[in-house]
Amino acid sequence: MADLLTIKNLRIEATAYPPGEAPRQLVLVDDVFVSVQKGRVLGLIGESGAGKSTIGLAALSYGRGGVRLTGGQVLLNGRDIRTTGAAGLRALRGREVTYVAQSAAAAFNPAKRLMAQVIETSLLHKLMTREQAEARAVELFTKLGLPDPETFGRRYPHQVSGGQLQRAMTAMALCPKPDLVIFDEPTTALDVTTQIDVLAAIKEAIRDTGVAAIYITHDLAVVAQVADDILVLRHGKAVEYGATDQIISAPSQDYTQALVSVRRIDHAEKTAATPILRAQAITARYRGTSFDVLQDVTVDVAAGQTLAIVGESGSGKSTLARVITGLLPARSGQITFDGRTLSPDLAARSKDDLRQVQMIYQMADTAMNPRQTVGTIIGRPLEFYFGLKGDAKRARVQDLLDQIEMGAGYENRYPAELSGGQKQRVCIARALAAKPKLILCDEVTSALDPLVADGILKLLLTLQAQEGVAYVFITHDLATVKAIADKIAVMYRGKVVRYGQKSDVLSPPFDDYTDLLLSSVPEMKTGWLEGVIKTRKMASAGN
Amino acid sequence: MRIPLSALMGMVLTGAFVLAAVFAPWIAPYPIDAAVGKVWEGPSSQYWLGTDTIGRDILSRLIYGGSVTIFVALVSSLLSFGMGAFFGFLAATRGGWMDTGLSRLVDLMMAVPSLIVALVVLSVLPLNLTVLILVMGVLDSTRVFRLSRAVAADIAVMDYVEAAKLRGERQGWIIFREILPNAMSPLVAEFGMRFIFAVLFISTLSFLGLGIQPPLSDWGGMVRENKDGLVYGKAAALMPALAIAVLAISVNLVADWILQRTSSLKGGRGG
Repeated sequence: MADLLTIKNLRIEATAYPPGEAPRQLVLVDDVFVSVQKGRVLGLIGESGAGKSTIGLAALSYGRGGVRLTGGQVLLNGRDIRTTGAAGLRALRGREVTYVAQSAAAAFNPAKRLMAQVIETSLLHKLMTREQAEARAVELFTKLGLPDPETFGRRYPHQVSGGQLQRAMTAMALCPKPDLVIFDEPTTALDVTTQIDVLAAIKEAIRDTGVAAIYITHDLAVVAQVADDILVLRHGKAVEYGATDQIISAPSQDYTQALVSVRRIDHAEKTAATPILRAQAITARYRGTSFDVLQDVTVDVAAGQTLAIVGESGSGKSTLARVITGLLPARSGQITFDGRTLSPDLAARSKDDLRQVQMIYQMADTAMNPRQTVGTIIGRPLEFYFGLKGDAKRARVQDLLDQIEMGAGYENRYPAELSGGQKQRVCIARALAAKPKLILCDEVTSALDPLVADGILKLLLTLQAQEGVAYVFITHDLATVKAIADKIAVMYRGKVVRYGQKSDVLSPPFDDYTDLLLSSVPEMKTGWLEGVIKTRKMASAGN
Repeated sequence: MRIPLSALMGMVLTGAFVLAAVFAPWIAPYPIDAAVGKVWEGPSSQYWLGTDTIGRDILSRLIYGGSVTIFVALVSSLLSFGMGAFFGFLAATRGGWMDTGLSRLVDLMMAVPSLIVALVVLSVLPLNLTVLILVMGVLDSTRVFRLSRAVAADIAVMDYVEAAKLRGERQGWIIFREILPNAMSPLVAEFGMRFIFAVLFISTLSFLGLGIQPPLSDWGGMVRENKDGLVYGKAAALMPALAIAVLAISVNLVADWILQRTSSLKGGRGG
């Protein structure tokens, strides 16, 4: 049988306009071969910048933001759509090929009801009448497990949750009965427990409608659940292309092996010790609201150890960090640090108290002033807390740069001239510069590619061994927790539902929520998804 | 770096205006207040732009007037930016009652058209350059306040500002070292605009007789002096008007270019 989609020798280029320099040609994708048969799912996987989304959009013969398809063929149903004119593309997009974007919240028009948006393409291409299209949409809503499928379409985008919106977008893509659907990271922005529902819904919908799909993601474990074949990409070139089983169980390339074996850091749990930080019976709410985001939270962490706080978005884990730092004074409860009570309000804390507790943020991009050099960013705490100046400061900055394994030559660079991993390392160095006893890490690895995140976690563990600093590690990712924690607090809707040493928290018997959370972490084996859906105790966390 | 043609033109013209203003006594062919020719002569080799209502050389008066106009506009814009940006940043970083208080005060001032406020205030106070500059600066600072508060409010919620607060930094460091460098580009672009509004404003005031007083000349005042000539088909009033227009356009060409560069540098290095 002929392939539905064949991409041959694809070459994609773009022109960069660096300020103050001559324009430069960049090759984003080079010599890529892809083929998708009817009813099959191809997974595209790679780090950010690998060109996976660009290839996905090439199946629509579309280049985002000045990106040009400059070579090769894109054969859809046997004809080259690269050479089809604008009218031809208009007829084809939304009819033969549809697209599901990463952020459904940004892709939906907030001013229109969901139904109008879901059936828009079908009506535009005159594929069906309004009644037929609405009937099909309701059928798809049912299939995708959305609540009240009959009336779901009457809601506006803001009236449904993120996971539901992502499923509504899948319905939108499937409504015109396309031959091929491009899924561009559809579950990346979702919580694990939500991701699993959406993933299952998408998989079932693909199977029932017999549509072919290209599934783009950076998470190998996720793609293993839905794809028949996997194409591994790096720097715009194909690294390995094969059946899912082969890629997962017997990868032939070094890079694929690294991806498969990622997140296997061994970390022996340290025994319980006297706590350096103790948050006791913390209750907090944001100003102007009447809802306690944190309710009676008690946790502690010992010197040189790591407390991991796990939970989904909205569980209050980042709020706890804000309370500990004093950014959000608690309504009741007490924070003791190193034997003394900390003032609940940041403004009332002494300079030394501030120095002892440092923070590392999720988005290194926004955590560093783009107009300051690395030398200023790391040097400021040295100057501010220890009065270091001139050569002494420069020498200490270089020490810190060595400690974060970056070496010489970075002092005069601006954050924009660093890679994502390097940015996060600089943020770590800034925190270390204050010689703190405690560092709060708020989702520090979740914005990074898996291999880079691994490097950051290893660095944090090394630094902990060297400096004896304690971490409060906030994350939604249980694999990270296993790699780094000594103690774990599981949070759900503002309460700590499970708390203790890592080995205790992660061994059965589990409460329902911890069970759901643990079982929702995708495992790198095929058939895992079906197994979990069958056996889990709690259907969903309500997202 | 590639400078687009329009910006280049703007820069050359603005530069020429500034040079002429600075070196006015050496460039101007005739003194500012000497009646050297007949009334409303047309342009000739002797008087390049003709003469005015009492026979003074228009070119010379334009050059001298330019120095006064540009000086007053520049100083009052600097004043309005100093005040407006400082209070705007303060309101954005402090929030709470400070923000509310300052913002409502500015709303109050903006509720009355600034020309009317200026006319009332200037008709009470003694008319000299200092008072003029102060009045214009304060009135204009309300606009700058709004802009810088909005810009700073976006920056103040960034994690790096929070990191600075957590470090225990004082207000001064946060405003001048964390926020200002990131707010600089939109403010510089706005400066170009406000400078031109100041030129127009002072010309308006002078036209109404409350701006720059004789014997000093300025462009708005020159339009007023010569406006009657328009009835007889004399172009004398159009010359200063043309100068105002050309200066406004050339400064805006430069400002547009800066604004464009700003938006393309999002999050990047301020090269």
